[in-house]
Amino acid sequence: MTQSNSQMYEEAMSVKVLYFASLKELFGRSEQQLNIDGLKTVEDVWKHVSKGYDVSQQVLYSVNHEYAQADSLVHAGDEVAFFPPVTGG
Amino acid sequence: MIKIIQKAFDPWHELATFQREMKREGEFGACANFIGTMRDMNEGDAVNGMFLEHYPGMTEKHLEKIVQSAKKQWDLLETLVIHRVGALLPNDPIVLVAAWSVHRKDAFEASRFIMEDLKSKAPFWKKENLSSTALQAEKNRWVEKNTSGY
Repeated sequence: MTQSNSQMYEEAMSVKVLYFASLKELFGRSEQQLNIDGLKTVEDVWKHVSKGYDVSQQVLYSVNHEYAQADSLVHAGDEVAFFPPVTGG
Repeated sequence: MIKIIQKAFDPWHELATFQREMKREGEFGACANFIGTMRDMNEGDAVNGMFLEHYPGMTEKHLEKIVQSAKKQWDLLETLVIHRVGALLPNDPIVLVAAWSVHRKDAFEASRFIMEDLKSKAPFWKKENLSSTALQAEKNRWVEKNTSGY
């Protein structure tokens, strides 16, 4: 597999993960591309990205701009976001 | 209409302009509105300012969903939702929700519904800048939870 094919394969298997508010600060980044090989649900993704961090607060999930559940499936190309309870208005 | 804006806004001017431009004179008998304003105090601490973060794309989509849900439940002629993001100062308006209808029941109930759903589900987050704390590390504090409106 050439370099570019390898990169294309990585992109085809990845999701964009976004973090907001206190989670963005905790993880030190607002987004990342993540290879989801072996990760099926939102909870799988969350466990993978939060490993090693002390997340004591409640976390909400969304997939492609819609609220999701822990067992919602993720697919390559999805945009998955993790954030704390909302406080607008 | 739904607007997310970075700059300070005058809700009274926005209301008057929108009502004039929606051109429904004679049709509506009621306009109910809610304006949320930034306080200079929270949880016993003086607050200097605030930063409002949102999720571009999802926030607009969710607000649209709330408004569509209100339109299914009540007879509404028009709705207006404006929400501020970015850096705010005490006394700055944060949010404006308005609903126009033939009779007051629909406007009252729909504007309340939109506001409560926005507060509990629309992806916005507030970070306060406190003036009273001596520790620099504690100067900025995320608001952890909205109070219940009911």
